[in-house]
Amino acid sequence: MTFQQTSAARGSKSSLFLRSQMRNIAPFATLILLLIFFSIASPSFATIDNASNILTQISVTGIMAVGLTFVILCGEIDLSVASIANATGIVVAYFTLQESYVNIANIPVAGWLAVALALAACTGLGLINAFGTTVIGIPSFIMTLAMMQIGAGISALLVRGQIAYNVPDIVSTLGAGNVGGFPTIALVLLAFLVVGHVTLTYTRFGRYIYMVGGNREAAEYSGVNVKLILGAALVICAVCSGIAGMVGVAHFGSAQQNEFDGYLLDAIAAVVVGGTSLFGGRGGIGNTIVGLCVLGVLNNGLDHIQIDSFLKILIRGLILLAALIVNVYVQNIRSVERAEGA
Amino acid sequence: MAATVPRQASAAGFIQPLPSSCEAFLAVEPVKLMTTDPLVPSDTPRLQMQGISKSFGGVAALREVDFTLRAGEIHGLVGENGAGKSTMMKIIAGVHTDYEGKMLIDGKEVHFRSARDALAAGIGMVHQELSIMPDLSVGENVYLGKQPVTGAGIIDWRTMMAGAHEQLKSLGIDVDPKTRMGDLPIGLQQLIELARVIFSGARIIILDEPTSALSPPEVQLLFNVLQGVRASGRSIVFISHFLDDILSISDTVTVFRNGRLIVTHPVAGIDKGWLIERMIGSGHEDLEESYTGAIALASKPGQPVVLAAEHLGYGRAYADVSFDVKAGEILGIYGFMGCGQIELARTLFGKIKADTGTLAIDGRKRRLRNTTQARDAGIAFVPENRRSMLFYEQPVYKNVSISILGRISRLWLKPTIERSIARKHVESLHIRPPRAEVALGALSGGNQQKVALAKWLTHRPKVLVLSEPTRGMDVGAKDDVVKIVRALRDEGLAVIVVSAEPETVLSLADRVLVMKKGRIVREFANETISKDRLLEAA
Repeated sequence: MTFQQTSAARGSKSSLFLRSQMRNIAPFATLILLLIFFSIASPSFATIDNASNILTQISVTGIMAVGLTFVILCGEIDLSVASIANATGIVVAYFTLQESYVNIANIPVAGWLAVALALAACTGLGLINAFGTTVIGIPSFIMTLAMMQIGAGISALLVRGQIAYNVPDIVSTLGAGNVGGFPTIALVLLAFLVVGHVTLTYTRFGRYIYMVGGNREAAEYSGVNVKLILGAALVICAVCSGIAGMVGVAHFGSAQQNEFDGYLLDAIAAVVVGGTSLFGGRGGIGNTIVGLCVLGVLNNGLDHIQIDSFLKILIRGLILLAALIVNVYVQNIRSVERAEGA
Repeated sequence: MAATVPRQASAAGFIQPLPSSCEAFLAVEPVKLMTTDPLVPSDTPRLQMQGISKSFGGVAALREVDFTLRAGEIHGLVGENGAGKSTMMKIIAGVHTDYEGKMLIDGKEVHFRSARDALAAGIGMVHQELSIMPDLSVGENVYLGKQPVTGAGIIDWRTMMAGAHEQLKSLGIDVDPKTRMGDLPIGLQQLIELARVIFSGARIIILDEPTSALSPPEVQLLFNVLQGVRASGRSIVFISHFLDDILSISDTVTVFRNGRLIVTHPVAGIDKGWLIERMIGSGHEDLEESYTGAIALASKPGQPVVLAAEHLGYGRAYADVSFDVKAGEILGIYGFMGCGQIELARTLFGKIKADTGTLAIDGRKRRLRNTTQARDAGIAFVPENRRSMLFYEQPVYKNVSISILGRISRLWLKPTIERSIARKHVESLHIRPPRAEVALGALSGGNQQKVALAKWLTHRPKVLVLSEPTRGMDVGAKDDVVKIVRALRDEGLAVIVVSAEPETVLSLADRVLVMKKGRIVREFANETISKDRLLEAA
C-alpha cells in the first residue's frame, strides 16, 4: 500500500498546487469572466455609477453573508438569516414613532433604545438557535428552519399586514445616507467584512472556528469547547443578520412582512459561490467577498443586457449549481488526497 | 413505511416491559433443527483448505495453511491479533479472492469470486459488530433481504411473522417476531442474526468473537443453540480470544501464529496453558521482542495519588470500575477488544459522561462535563485513532498549538510563538520532516503519533491517558513512543495506557489492571508478569 501512495502523490505534485487553489481560483475566474462579458455586452455596465450601484445592491446580502461565513466554516448552516433580518428590521421600526396613517400598535421609544431592543431581539433568536443546536442537539438545518418560521411569525405579528416607514435616525443614516457621494451602507458592509476577516484570521476564536470545521472530533479531543464555538457562530450570524435587517429597512425605506425573502438564497449563494467549503474548515471572508461580487455583478449585469427577465432566475440557478459542483468536486479531491496521505 | 403495520398489531406487547435477560426467551423444548443434506458421506470434510498463502503488498499474512473443517463440528480458532485468523476467514467468506492454494467444499474445489459466491455456497458469517436493524421487528430481521411477497408484490407479513416464529422456535428461542429488535438484549439479537445466517442456507457458519459482549448466562444460551446447530450437521468456526469459551464449546481447536497454522488438536485433554504456549510461541522466530519472559513490575512507593476513580459505570460498556493512578507511574489497562477499556479512557477525558461513580483529581472530586473541563483539570488524552486527534490539512504547528492556544493568548493569535513551540517539539521528538510548517498529512503514521503526543507536552498535564499508543507502528517508532512516555513518567506524570495489545501494556506499564467484559478482574503490581499470565487473566 505504502509505495503506491507515494508514487501517486509524486505523480500529481506538479498539479497539486493548482488543485489545492482551485477553491479560490474558480470563483475569481468566474468573476473576471462575468465582468468582461457584461462590459462588452452593455455600454452602461462598466461605469463608476454602476459600480456604486452594485456595491449598494450587495450590501444587505453581504452583511448577512459575513455572519453566515462563520456558521458554514463550522460545517453548519443557518437558514434563518433572512427571517431574523426581517424580524429585527420590523422590531426597530415597531419601537419608532410612525406617521399617523400607519395603523400599527407600536410602542415608540428613544432611538438608541429601539436599536438596543432590536439588537437584543436578534441576539435572543441567535441564542435560541445555539441552544437548540448544541444543547438539545437538533441539526442546525432543522433548527434554523424552525427559526425561519419563528422569525416570519414575529414579523407578521408586529406589523399585521401593515407597512412601517420610520426607523431611528442612526439606522437611517447608516442604511440610506451617503458620505461624499459614497453610500454609507457600503461602508457598513466594509466594516463587517474587515472585522469578520480579522476575527477569523487573527484571533484564537477564529482559529477554533476553522479547527472545529476541519475536524470536529479532533477539536474536541484537543480540549476545544466545540459546542461553545458552534453556539457562538450561530449567535454571531444572527446578530449580523439583525443588523443587515435594520440597515436594510432603512435602505428600502419601509419595514414589512416578507421583505427579505430572496436574501436567504443570495447570502448562502455568496458564501458558497465564493468557495467556502460547505463541509467546513476551508474558505473565509476573502472567498465571501468574491462570491458577493459574482452574485452582485450577475444580478446587476443581467439587468443591463436585453434578456428575458424570467430567464434571469434560471440563469442564477444554473450559476449556483455550477458553484456547488466545483465546491463538492474540490472537496472530493481533498478527501482523496487525505486518504492517500494517511 | 410499511414496517408500521406489524408494530401497530403488536402494540399490546409494548405495554409489558421486556425482560432484560435472555433466559426468559428460552423455549422449554430442546433444539431440533432440520439436518442438512444427509447425502454427503460424513467422512468427507465439509471444508478443506490446502496450502493457502496470502500476502498484502509483500507482507505474508498466511503461509501454506492446511485447514480441515468436518461436518457437524465446532472448530475453535485462536491466535493473537494479526496471526492470520481473520485473513483466513475472509478467504473462506469470499472477501479476499486473490490467494494461493486450493479450497474444497464437500470434496469439490471452489474459488469464490465474491462474498456473494460464498454465501450461495452455504458460508455464513456473524461478525463481532452485529449487522442487525435495531428499528425493524425480529421477523423482518430474520427475513432481511428476502422478505416473502404476495402475488401483488406486497410484503406478506403473515407468512413472514409465522415463519420467523417457527424458525426461531426450532433454535429454542421463543420470542414474539413483532418485537422491535433493538428492545431485545444483545445476546438475543446475536442469536437472531445467527438464525438469519442459518436459515439463509448456511452450512458453514463463522462466528467472530461471539461471546465478547455477552454475560455468562447469555454465553450459556448461545452454547445451547450452537450444540443444536452442530447436531444438525452444520459446521461452525468459532473465533475467540476467550480461551475458556473455546475450550468449553469446541470439539477441535486450531492455533494460528504469524500467518502459520501451528496445530490442530481435539479439545479433549488440553487446557488454557497449552493453548497460550502455542499462541505465543517460543519467541525466537519473532523479530520483535515478544515479552514471553517475566517482566518485573515495580511502583515507586510514597507517590501521591493523582487520579482516583470510584465505581465508575457507563451503560453496557463497563461497570463498577475503581482504580487510582499515582504520580510517576504508568498504569496499564489491558483487555480484549470490546471489554470497555476504550470507553473508560473516553470517560476520563470527559468525552463520555459516566452514569455512575466519581472521579477525583488530586483528591478533589470533579465532574467532567466536556473535554475542555477535562483538559483544564489537567488531563490529556490521545485516542487510539490518530484521525480523531489531528488536522490533516493543517500545518504541524497548528496541530500542536490547538490544545494550548488559550495559554498562549486570550484573544489574538501569536503565530511566531506557536511556531517556535512546535519547532521545539519537532526537534526533541525527532519528528520527520523536521519542519513545523509542513502539512500534517504529509507525515508518516509514527510521526503523526508523535505530533499527537506533542500537543500535550508544552504545558505538562497531571494525567496523560493514552489509548493504543503504539498501534500500527513500526518497531522504531514504537521504541520512540515508549521512550517518550517513560521520560514523561520519570518527570512525575501519571500515565494511563489503555490497550488490547499485550505488548503495548507490557512494554510500558509499572502496574497493570485487566478488564474483562467491562469489569476490572485482576491487578498486577509489584510482581513479575509475563504475556501468558496476562492472557490467562483476561
